[in-house]
Amino acid sequence: MQPYTLTIAESLDHLQKKELTSKDLVESCLQRINKTETKLHSFISVFEEKAMRRAEEEDNKRQQGQSGSLSGIPISIKDLLCAKDTATTCGSKMLENFISPYNATVVEKLENEGAVIIGKVAMDEFAMGSTSETCAFGVPDNPWKEGYITGGSSGGSASSVAGGQCLASLGSDTGGSVRQPASLCGVVGLKPTYGRVSRYGLVAFASSLDQVGPLTRDVRDCALMMNCIAGYDEKDSTSVKIDKGDFRQSLEAGVKGLKIGVPREYFGEGLNEDVEKIVRNGVAILEDAGAEVMDVSMPHTEYCVAAYYLIAPAEASSNLARYDGVVYGYRDGTADSLMDMYKQTRSQGFGDEVKRRILIGTYALSSGYYDAYYKKASQVRTIILNDYKKVFEQCDAIISPVAPTAAWKRGESADDPLALYLSDIFSLSANLAGVPGLSVPGGFTADGLPVGIQLQGPHFREDILLKLAYNIEKSTNLANVLPEIQQ
Amino acid sequence: MVLRQIRRQRYMMNFETVIGLEIHAQLKTRTKIFCGCALSFGDPPNSHTCPVCLGMPGVLPVLNKKVVEYAIKMGLATNSQINRFNQFARKNYFYPDLPKGYQTSQFDLPIVEHGSVEIDVDGSKKTIGITRMHMEEDAGKLIHDEREPLSYVDLNRTGTPLLEIVSEPDLRSPQEAYAYLKKIHAILRYLDICDGNMQEGSFRCDANISLRPVGQEEFGIRTELKNMNSFRNVQNALEYEVRRQRDLLLDGETIIQETLLWNPDSNRTESMRGKEDAHDYRYFPCPDLVPVEIDEAWIDAIRKTLPELPDERKNRFIEEYNLPEYDAVILTGSRELADYFETAARLCANAKKVSNWIMTELLRELKGEDISGCKVAPEQLGELIAMVEKGTISGKIAKTVFIDMMATGKDPAVIVKEKNLVQVSDEGELQAMVEEIVAANPDQAEQFRQGKTKVMGFFVGQLMKKTKGKANPKMANELFVRTLTE
Ligand SMILES: [Zn+2]
Repeated sequence: MQPYTLTIAESLDHLQKKELTSKDLVESCLQRINKTETKLHSFISVFEEKAMRRAEEEDNKRQQGQSGSLSGIPISIKDLLCAKDTATTCGSKMLENFISPYNATVVEKLENEGAVIIGKVAMDEFAMGSTSETCAFGVPDNPWKEGYITGGSSGGSASSVAGGQCLASLGSDTGGSVRQPASLCGVVGLKPTYGRVSRYGLVAFASSLDQVGPLTRDVRDCALMMNCIAGYDEKDSTSVKIDKGDFRQSLEAGVKGLKIGVPREYFGEGLNEDVEKIVRNGVAILEDAGAEVMDVSMPHTEYCVAAYYLIAPAEASSNLARYDGVVYGYRDGTADSLMDMYKQTRSQGFGDEVKRRILIGTYALSSGYYDAYYKKASQVRTIILNDYKKVFEQCDAIISPVAPTAAWKRGESADDPLALYLSDIFSLSANLAGVPGLSVPGGFTADGLPVGIQLQGPHFREDILLKLAYNIEKSTNLANVLPEIQQ
Repeated sequence: MVLRQIRRQRYMMNFETVIGLEIHAQLKTRTKIFCGCALSFGDPPNSHTCPVCLGMPGVLPVLNKKVVEYAIKMGLATNSQINRFNQFARKNYFYPDLPKGYQTSQFDLPIVEHGSVEIDVDGSKKTIGITRMHMEEDAGKLIHDEREPLSYVDLNRTGTPLLEIVSEPDLRSPQEAYAYLKKIHAILRYLDICDGNMQEGSFRCDANISLRPVGQEEFGIRTELKNMNSFRNVQNALEYEVRRQRDLLLDGETIIQETLLWNPDSNRTESMRGKEDAHDYRYFPCPDLVPVEIDEAWIDAIRKTLPELPDERKNRFIEEYNLPEYDAVILTGSRELADYFETAARLCANAKKVSNWIMTELLRELKGEDISGCKVAPEQLGELIAMVEKGTISGKIAKTVFIDMMATGKDPAVIVKEKNLVQVSDEGELQAMVEEIVAANPDQAEQFRQGKTKVMGFFVGQLMKKTKGKANPKMANELFVRTLTE
């Protein structure tokens, strides 16, 4: 048994029984990183020494009976989560040399529970993208098929977990950035309810949509991670004071009597046949397990992409204004006036996709266009939220694809940003409405690529999603299935 | 030329000035508006900063509740509407003193709206409307190197809470603008929520000003005046701008809508043209802060803490101390001055005398300085006036003692004793000198007896000379009359 192949729950069990040490576990992951990283490119930085030191500390603590709920577990974090005294690049040349002077709240929580942060992983630049190809420091590769995308923007999170380089990862999800790579790489990914997890220290893309979420090898680990990161934070005014309970509690409670809606708008044109088959199979699994399946309608789904691609860029245009070359980050040193310094710094520091979105967002907020774009999009957002409210009067959760297709070849979508935006259609609405969404592995396409099934539920009902996902996972037998990676 | 002069004068009568003020008051909270850094003035650059106010990646603002409380206070003190639901918005623009690239402010949903204050100009009262007040964060400061083409950024001030107070365009003269500015300043000081120091920038004022022909409803084209860092500057700048705009209009030219900087050295407004592009601030609701919701209980609790405000205090001064309204307006114009008056008045029975002393001697000797720096404590002034009232010293001597007090801060009794200034009221002592003077001046005595009472001045003068001004003047008069008519 190679320690890196264990889930968190299994590892904790072995650690408890003294059949394993944190040092073994972390070392095993570091070796795995060494072996696979030339292919996977998951990491932007790996903290070998510090991780080994932390592992030793956790082993000592465990001997003194003081271990936390994630003691000694090697975890990667997306490179837009600030960890004190380490580089936080956001996958951008703009922040290549930025060292964060503070810890994100979720990083603090992970460390308080004993987790060992093993490194920081690749992502689309400033989380803008669905393939991780806009990362300025190497593009992660899909562990299931060489030369295929991991999805994004939390692509490095997904490939590091699926590739056996760590046991779990924290990503962030603004329009599907945790769920879609989880789906494309065959791991579990959860976007919690907006306000469930603190955003303090998560470098903002679109503040009203961003949420930190875990990527794990199975559903139980997802619950374990949520137990650690969820909760109100006085540093984040948008986090919500609400009891979080124990997310593991309902996993085995069964799904009998739960009403599952199948929104017909998610099964239209453009949906890949294999993907549809896999999702329909998920529906059948839940029905067999005693859930009541019903046809429901989310009539405004088609407006999600338009609304999202106004609101998110608008917020981004403001959030990314701070990268101006003045206090930190990249600065073009050749400029001889303030205006030129701004222009050159931002022209050179940002990649094309980031600049495209800043331009769209600036336009949407401009005087004379605000009402037609930003304001209208905000109104559509309310309508979409109402779709969810109505549908959750009829059922407890909805089931759908995460994305219309499985992973595709790298480079294929590079010239068509619009097509790429449209591929986010099934994942954006959860962010617009603030509801939780989860991707659980459902099966493989004929080409051997993993496909996830999306579950969405009412605000703060992650417990329902976890319970449903746990049942699907039990039936498909896809918990913690790792790909062979050809050396 | 002559004709034009005449025409000018004719039109001159017919323009009406329209002024609106935008006041930025730094709120005197312990910490900044969105982080835990302490407020500071004059500390080393960037010594009061943290990731939040430096605008580091990933940080989030947390609203300082005190700022909301202070804004509510100011709203209640100006009969304003407190918006139970209000919201922060981002004002987006690039400048090196603004580390986030946007200022967190309020836009379409400010905390306070529809208020008013009463002003008093030359005895006539007028109500000035307040359009809105909103909470926002201050920017940092740029320090420009004088030798090299370099600028340094100091972010200590970044995130200092500001209350922006916007008046209606109700002000019709620079005098009214001055009175309004003073009134807002006084209220902020009474509430003790702002230092009100214009030189240090904790109380700042911009003005919008336009002229229109009397009777015309539509406003003229306005200019915006900035950089007026004293009350006097505000009035001077506005007066200058009234003249400038009037001259332009009389010459048939149009006013350019622009921002002008007041130059206190040349006493002119100067165009900022070229330095400022047309800004589109792209305001939108700040997604990092939840809307501010204020319940009735909170407002009631704050209302209970409101101190006596300038208008209430003025009315009380009129009733309690029997002061004329003119005195009461001036004395209550600043909290410190009003406090000074009341402390001094408590030590002597004659409040009107205290008021006279403050309004003439004290304010003159302060030469525009703040009362807080005055060397004479109010208790000392009260004591001095009480000494006059009791006849210990004469009113005239008191004035010289007061000048000594302003210079040294000594107690009046000490100065009087040191300089031996106690009034001579001993009848025997004075009678002897009176007889001596009468004897020495038989001619004048004769004139008096013949009815030329004017020479009394001469006799009293002689006695004052002899006593170095310390003779009780009332007694001196009586004694001369008695002696001369015996
Ligand atoms: Zn700070």
